[in-house]
Parts: sequence; structure tokens; C-alpha cells
Amino acid sequence: MANFTKFGDFQFDVLREIGNIGAGHAATALSKLMQKEIDMKVPQVRIIPFDEVADCVGGAENVVVTVFLRVEGDSPGNMFFILDMDSATHLLHQVTGISKTVQEWEEMEVSALHEIGNILTGSYLSSLADFTQLNLQPSVPGLAVDMAGAILSYGLYALGQTGDFALTIDTAFFEGNDQVKGNFFLIPDPDSLPILFRSLGVPFDGDY
Amino acid sequence: MEIIKIGMADLGVAKPPSRLRTTGLGSCVGVVLYDEVHKVAGMAHVMLPESTLAKNGEPTVGKYADTAIPYLIQQMQKEGASIRHMVAKLAGGAQMFAFLGTNDMMRIGPRNVEACKLALKGAQIKIVAEDTGGNCGRTIELDSTNGVLQIRTVNQGVKEV
Repeated sequence: MANFTKFGDFQFDVLREIGNIGAGHAATALSKLMQKEIDMKVPQVRIIPFDEVADCVGGAENVVVTVFLRVEGDSPGNMFFILDMDSATHLLHQVTGISKTVQEWEEMEVSALHEIGNILTGSYLSSLADFTQLNLQPSVPGLAVDMAGAILSYGLYALGQTGDFALTIDTAFFEGNDQVKGNFFLIPDPDSLPILFRSLGVPFDGDY
Repeated sequence: MEIIKIGMADLGVAKPPSRLRTTGLGSCVGVVLYDEVHKVAGMAHVMLPESTLAKNGEPTVGKYADTAIPYLIQQMQKEGASIRHMVAKLAGGAQMFAFLGTNDMMRIGPRNVEACKLALKGAQIKIVAEDTGGNCGRTIELDSTNGVLQIRTVNQGVKEV
């Protein structure tokens, strides 16, 4: 089982700051795209059993719109940009003027949301790369509209090989009147945490 | 009627009138076994193909196809099932993000399905129904009174096998 016992308050604070900086830049990008004010919550850093990961976004069966990308480079991991169905509809409308519900989406709508997700996750990742001075590259992003459990489990396979728990950095954001709300999830691979910590000069001798 | 929920990397056994249920299968595979004669049902939510992938310590039995299936058979035998009467049904093993197909780790869905089939073949258990692959998440529920497996997806609704 992965050893999380060496995590102290300081390590948690650092991971929260990673969420803060990354999602902060992404929220700024979203705010520019929508020309609206975007607020975000304090990032939640959790060490939770696999089963509970989907609970953060309404449960395993809750249908969500997700842009997923694999983080490659010095500190690999998985990143998810997750919206509920109504938020995805509103976001698309705000940015492109298209007013179709998720069920009516065709190639154009999917492609537009794909690109929005790409921009936002890209700003999260590039700010993280600047901040840590690590080489981090996004894979081509993928978009899926499906059960949260089925989608988020994609972020857990690397972790599954070393333990039964996931470390997630989850930042929720919302537009002023709550028409658009969603989450950014960063799930670092097990081997990436020591690298992240070292890049920031944080002492860490755990074998996560 | 009790519904027993099986979590990720978990497994469980049920007798009538209970039902076994697991939600949000993506590239994970739901393996269900049923002994119609003794009315014993079992379900595993397999996450990875082989326990050799485990990088440290004791692997969690329910997580890997090659350990979960033999263990599930054992647990069912304890409840009076006989391996001769068992049949299997599989669901899941999807590829939610098609573009990642080249990366071995991301091709995990099809690999999980193959590993489950191999383990079932090793135990000489026949697969009587299969709803695997594709790119959609699935929720499955097994009725231990008759072995009917209900499969729900977001776009295709509910079907029974």
C-alpha cells in the first residue's frame, strides 16, 4: 500500500498551492473566454480510496462532461476538467453563442468544448510548469460525456499498481450566478510526488 | 431485497433474493459468475489485468483479473456453489478516450477483458454473455435469483443479458 504517513501539514499546503496556482490561471483564462467573473474555492487535497474519487463530482453514476489529458514529462499525471451537463450547455452558449443542450451536440459543439477544455487545462499546466520549473507537456485532450466513475477511473490506473488510495488536487470554480460550475482535478502519478516536492524545495522522504 | 454494492477493486457474493451492483465501469471490467443450480451469484470489479503489475507489497486481491477471479470462485464455493455449474458474464472494458489507444497503459480496457477471459478459461468457466469494449461507461446489477444481468449505459439505456 502506498505510504501517505509521511505527509505533514506542510506537504498538504504545498499541494493546495499547486491547485491554487494552476486552477487560478485556468479560471482567469475561463473568465476571459466568458467575459464574466469566475470565482474559485480553496483547493481540496484529498487522500481517498478509489471509490470515493467520483463522490467529489456527484457520485460514480452522475453524468458529466469531461476533458481529460495526460500530463507527460518530468512529473506525469492525469488532469480532468469536469462540468455538469447544465454548466457545459451554459459555457458553450456563453463562449460560442450556440444554444444546444448536451444531448443535441454534434461535431461542432463537441469540438468547441474540446477546445475550451484544452485552453483551460493548458493554462493550468503551463502555470504549474513555470512555477515548478519542470518540463510538463499535455497530451492531446479527449472529451467524454459519461458516468463520472467510468471517466475518473482513467486517472487511477497508475496509482492502482502501487496502492488503494488516490491523491487528488481538486479545485472547484463557479461563475458569479452559478450558471457554470465545475472542477479541475489533478491526479499525479505515484512517482511524481517526490519530483514535484523536490522541484519546490520541499522536504519529503516518503515513498508514496 | 438487499442490494450489495461492489466498489472498485472489490468483489462479493450473494444469494437470493439479494442483488449485486457495481457502478461506473469504464475500462474496469465487471465479472459476474452464477451457479444456477445452487443459486449463488458473485461479482468482481476488476481494475487491472495482472497482479504482476503491482509495484509494492501485497496486491489487493480484487483489483487484478488473475487474482480476483480465482478468489471469487473460492468465495462462492464457500457459499455452496460448484464450479461445474458456474457460468460467467462480462461487462465493461471500454475505451473512454479513443485517442489514447496507442499508449499501452491507456489501452487498459481491452487488456482487462483479455485477462478476464484468460482467467475464466483457466478455471474452465464458460462465458455466456458479454457486453465489453466501446466507449461508454456501464452500471451493472446481477439478480441472484435467476442470474440475469442488467446493464445500464448513458446513451443506450438498460438491457438485460
